[in-house]
Amino acid sequence: MALLEVDRLVVEFPGRRGTLRALDEISFSIEPGEVLGVVGESGAGKSLTGAAIIGLLEPPGRVASGQIRLEGTRIDRFTDAQMRPIRGRRIGAIFQDPLTTLDPLVSVGKQLVETMQTHLKLSDRDARARAVGWLEQVGIPAAAERVGAYPHQFSGGMRQRVVIALALCAEPKLVIADEPTTALDVSIQAQIIALLRRLTTDHGTSVMLVTHDMGVIAETADRVAVMYAGRIAEIGPVRDVVLHPSHPYTEGLMGSIPQLEHRVERLRQIDGAMPRLTAIPPGCAFNPRCGRVLERCRVDRPDLLARGTTLAACWNMVPMDDVT
Amino acid sequence: MFSFILSRILQAIPVLLAVGFISFAMFAFVGDPVTIMLGQDYTEAQRAALVSQLGLDQPFFVQYAKFVVEAVQGNFGISYRLARPVGALIAERLPATVELALTAAVLALAIGLPLGVYTGIRRNSALSRLIMVFSLLGVSLPTFLIGILLILVFAVQLGVLPSFGRGDVVQLGHWSTGFLTASGRRALVLPAITLGLFQMTLIMRLVRSEMLEVLRSDYIKFARARGLTPRAINFGHALGNTLVPVITIVGLQLGGLIAFSIVTETVFQWPGMGLLLVQSIGVADIPVMSAYLLLIAVVFVGINLCVDLLYFAVDPRLRANR
Ligand SMILES: Nc1ncnc2c1ncn2[C@@H]1O[C@H](COP(=O)(O)OP(=O)(O)OP(=O)(O)O)[C@@H](O)[C@H]1O
Ligand SMILES: [Mg+2]
Repeated sequence: MALLEVDRLVVEFPGRRGTLRALDEISFSIEPGEVLGVVGESGAGKSLTGAAIIGLLEPPGRVASGQIRLEGTRIDRFTDAQMRPIRGRRIGAIFQDPLTTLDPLVSVGKQLVETMQTHLKLSDRDARARAVGWLEQVGIPAAAERVGAYPHQFSGGMRQRVVIALALCAEPKLVIADEPTTALDVSIQAQIIALLRRLTTDHGTSVMLVTHDMGVIAETADRVAVMYAGRIAEIGPVRDVVLHPSHPYTEGLMGSIPQLEHRVERLRQIDGAMPRLTAIPPGCAFNPRCGRVLERCRVDRPDLLARGTTLAACWNMVPMDDVT
Repeated sequence: MFSFILSRILQAIPVLLAVGFISFAMFAFVGDPVTIMLGQDYTEAQRAALVSQLGLDQPFFVQYAKFVVEAVQGNFGISYRLARPVGALIAERLPATVELALTAAVLALAIGLPLGVYTGIRRNSALSRLIMVFSLLGVSLPTFLIGILLILVFAVQLGVLPSFGRGDVVQLGHWSTGFLTASGRRALVLPAITLGLFQMTLIMRLVRSEMLEVLRSDYIKFARARGLTPRAINFGHALGNTLVPVITIVGLQLGGLIAFSIVTETVFQWPGMGLLLVQSIGVADIPVMSAYLLLIAVVFVGINLCVDLLYFAVDPRLRANR
């Protein structure tokens, strides 16, 4: 059974000028131990998907329809009190900016201890020992001495290591990492991703990895979901999606990354911009920018259709041999 | 830590010297002390004798230096009105004002802080909205009006609390306290509410808006994502971060309680420094006014130091920089 199943999830923001549909019938699943990469332009709905899963959509945002199932149990209708034992314990979260995600007034050790003691029955001594252990696992030098240190005494990269420890310390089955390296120095991004990958492999944790970096996806993810305007455009094994994109949007996205193995004549940019939520065209949301647009694309919204191992929401998929 | 306190005290010296200068200048520019002290009939010889006795024939800066030296020793001259040393007068009145301000401060904090936290956490509840509406009254009604209304209701109509004075006091060495007698405590109630109400609503509104700000921050979202209980989030993480900016303003406000208890003391005929000041201003009793000014400056400097020390205790980012 899949660890997490998201089934036709719709997230809406009711407002004065009507309701904004920010996620529109999103479906995907994550298997135990799997890393699912999520890519897409800014505003595509990647962060909202994560927030909906852990039940932390900001009001007035709400799950309007669809289901989220964790190990077969529906959690999308859970109250805040019902979600609390799930957050941190079953689903961990890593945020983008480590400079702002840690409470500046509380030592890192104390933040680890309180997280573990919230979810696991641990004596103060055991929790403290484990906190030191986690700091060691995430590669903080002299962990035993640093456990009482405050966030400002760590560099950005070190703080993100602490955040990773916090996300994993109650041993969740799934971690949602929302652009965990975007705010970091380029030179340490790879280290953080490698650390995350190693720890989650060791603990058998699944990861939903949101990133803009296709290189990171190619190296770490098992499957990748491409999001566009609140919908999933394509989802499938990384190799297939990267090398043989089915959706014209994915093709464009891949075309805009320089690839070393293939000789690329010209970096392609997709013309136009992603539509705002208030102005999503009927049919396929990508149709105004699509080079393979058909009459049907402007009228009918395509569902995810299988092609080989991937699923793509497209009426006119890119032919297999057309490799960029 | 020690060097930090020392540097703060050193920084305070120029401030106090400047205020001292203003206090001193009051003598030179507000009325002529010699005429005031000699009254109607005097000879030129008497006048010259007094001028040299007061040191008024010496250069300006020598006079100022003398004033500072005397002031440091608590010597502020003789009150024109009461013909007694100003230092002793103020020492007599100080306990009444300090006890009133302290009670008002404790009241303002003990009620304002929890209400601010509550209305911040439950910002949409009916009770929160009600509290906010009432807090508007506290912020906008002038102090004297609140005092008079309280007197009208509790002293005149209901007759349950006294409307003026300090009640019975007990002498503890040089300190006269009203805390130890029932009538002293009863007499304190209305003035303390009057003086503290504005600060209380201000603290409440400040804490509330700061709390709302903090609750939107990333580390609170992350604390939620870690599955912490609302209790741990609100009191373990949000409250501390709320207090950091609140400390400064609250500190200054409480300093203001001592400095500006004048209106309340007048309304309730409270025998404190504020009342003394009002009576002194009426007859241009310069030595009292100038000493009062200096004392308030010292109070503010002291409170600032306390605020800095509190920051030290609350915020580890400051501790590390030392
Ligand atoms: N409180 C809100 N009210 C209305 N619309 C919102 C709100 N929060 C998010 N949205 C909309 O939801 C859409 C998806 O936002 P989301 O943060 O998930 O994007 P994202 O894919 O994570 O982008 P980025 O790469 O910039 O992080 C955006 O178009 C945004 O405007
Ligand atoms: Mg995002």
